[in-house]
Amino acid sequence: MTSDTQTETRLSDMPDKKGHFGQYGGMFVPETLMEPLEELKQAYIKYMQDPEFLEELDNDLKNYVGRPSPLYFAERMSRELGGAKIYLKREDLNHTGAHKVNNTVGQMLLARRMGKTRIIAETGAGQHGVATATVAARLGLECVVYMGAEDIQRQALNVYRMKLLGARVVSVESGSRTLKDALNEAMRDWVTNIDKTFYIIGTAAGPHPYPALVRDFQAIIGRETRQQIMEHEGRFPDALVACIGGGSNAIGLFYPFVDDQEVSMYGVEAAGHGLETGEHAAPLCAGKPGVLHGNRTYLMEDKHGQIIPTHSVSAGLDYPGVGPEHSWLKDIGRANYVAVTDEEALDAFHELTKVEGIMPALESSHAIAYVKKLAPTMDKDQIIVVNLSGRGDKDIHTVATIDGIEF
Amino acid sequence: MSRIKSCFEQLKKQNKKALIPYVAAGDPNPDITVDLMHAMVHSGADIIELGVPFSDPMADGPVIQKASERALVYGTSLTDVLAMIKTFREKNNTTPVVLMGYLNPVEIMGYERFAKAAQDAGVDGVLTVDIPPEEAEDYVPALKTHDLDPIFLLSPTTTRERMQHICQYASGFIYYVSVKGVTGTSALDTDEVAARLKIINEVTDLPVGVGFGIKNAETAAAIGRVSEAVVVGSALVNLVEQNAHNADGNEKIIKDISQVLSSMRTALDA
Repeated sequence: MTSDTQTETRLSDMPDKKGHFGQYGGMFVPETLMEPLEELKQAYIKYMQDPEFLEELDNDLKNYVGRPSPLYFAERMSRELGGAKIYLKREDLNHTGAHKVNNTVGQMLLARRMGKTRIIAETGAGQHGVATATVAARLGLECVVYMGAEDIQRQALNVYRMKLLGARVVSVESGSRTLKDALNEAMRDWVTNIDKTFYIIGTAAGPHPYPALVRDFQAIIGRETRQQIMEHEGRFPDALVACIGGGSNAIGLFYPFVDDQEVSMYGVEAAGHGLETGEHAAPLCAGKPGVLHGNRTYLMEDKHGQIIPTHSVSAGLDYPGVGPEHSWLKDIGRANYVAVTDEEALDAFHELTKVEGIMPALESSHAIAYVKKLAPTMDKDQIIVVNLSGRGDKDIHTVATIDGIEF
Repeated sequence: MSRIKSCFEQLKKQNKKALIPYVAAGDPNPDITVDLMHAMVHSGADIIELGVPFSDPMADGPVIQKASERALVYGTSLTDVLAMIKTFREKNNTTPVVLMGYLNPVEIMGYERFAKAAQDAGVDGVLTVDIPPEEAEDYVPALKTHDLDPIFLLSPTTTRERMQHICQYASGFIYYVSVKGVTGTSALDTDEVAARLKIINEVTDLPVGVGFGIKNAETAAAIGRVSEAVVVGSALVNLVEQNAHNADGNEKIIKDISQVLSSMRTALDA
């Protein structure tokens, strides 16, 4: 049957021309946004093949972001867990402290090429807001960041960072006053100020082309990992682990390995107080498909199709949807999606801090918490790469409060 | 012939323009909706646009967002909205009713099940804000099978080429969003709207309704001079908000909305 000339569809060829990953993704937006999204799609197709653009992007990633980020062998943690070798992809060492900047640097270059002078963004934990405000400051562009009133309280430090960087932070008081409402508000701004505004979406979700575009800017994580693990171990890892809110750090790590079937993938959602309590943010583990924020994907919704409140100790995971490519990877069985509770994530936060001297963001702590379960089930010569997507400084206040400490 | 089509044909014969009020079903409570619908017809509404409450109405401004939130306090679901229309139909079998809302509540019910239930309830058209024709492969046929008119939006950013594409799928009427922005926006430029309507009328024979930014009798009349229909939403929902928490609120809301609609009717017919 098979011959060398036969062209197979690879998993990495997704999405299709209309932005679909199987039944997921697409462009579910009001008419006013269709033409601007088409413009963005054309610019993205053009510049992702433009050597000059790619050179500028490479240069910024190297000299401004500080890439490549190290792939660090967590020897003591591996030994303590007594199973697979654990490597940490150190996205926490990027400028601004998380993987988010890989994408904002890229989208900002696109915005400039498209002649846009005003930048807007939504943010949950504030990492994407900071990463956006940072690149906007560098280019001297007006920047407005929408943030849920609830998150503004939880992440005061990042709010102040954004203000220092010259961004205007708009508190969103509607709905559940978290990330999803910030996204609604950013969409409303975009629809109103479409001519000069570029909307930098922070996760691999939203209407096409955003899920593909954000993935492609974040895929630097997985591409570097492929090279680095070959240098360390001379072979690919057995498992990849990353936390999932919208899923941009996970898809960034997974995507370059998606055609390598021997590499298992684990996306770790926030189980909050426990999946059985209903108080969580785990649409892939406990939700069902629906349409929100421009794409079809797994959602947290009630039986009438209303989006329901989510809970996670980590603001960056506190979102009722997820990037459509993850929904598709789940349905075809290419990636596994699991969830860990607030408590397990907090334990992992403390453990990594004590055992390796690395303080992870509460988002990334979810990935570490799952590694604690996975590694002992694997052999000592097997390899796990976990994406340490951000550093924990921003969460110290949250952790201290939970531990009963007041400053 | 569909109720929407015959409504526009009647109006054309009388040389009149359609007045289309929008209210959110269940706002500020489920008790008011059917009475309010009848009152609006009595005050000169030709077609009623009934909003289906949704938790994340991303194309709406603060006024209609809050209407959704008020209705959701009572858990007003798509099923409840259809039941309200069924009750309305017991006394009114002529005024077209168009559902306006977001895709997810329809999606979770299933297109076919939704379309059948909507037809049974007496719905005439469906405007789903976040489904462009590109994504409507299964949605449009489901509606058409059950004699529901798929109403689509055109906006100031829609190219002529896209207009042609969209109009292939639409029936009943076309809804032209007069401004770049969300519902309840203030700045509406009548000359610009007229220029866009000229292009739309070259592309399609369907009647065109204009919405977003129609505040009062004066703007309604100005838009009525260049289009076949005017849609008024936030201006009415504002009146709901003002009396949402009063003891005799429902009565006052019905009175206030009737008054505004009557003045718009008079201005449109002048």
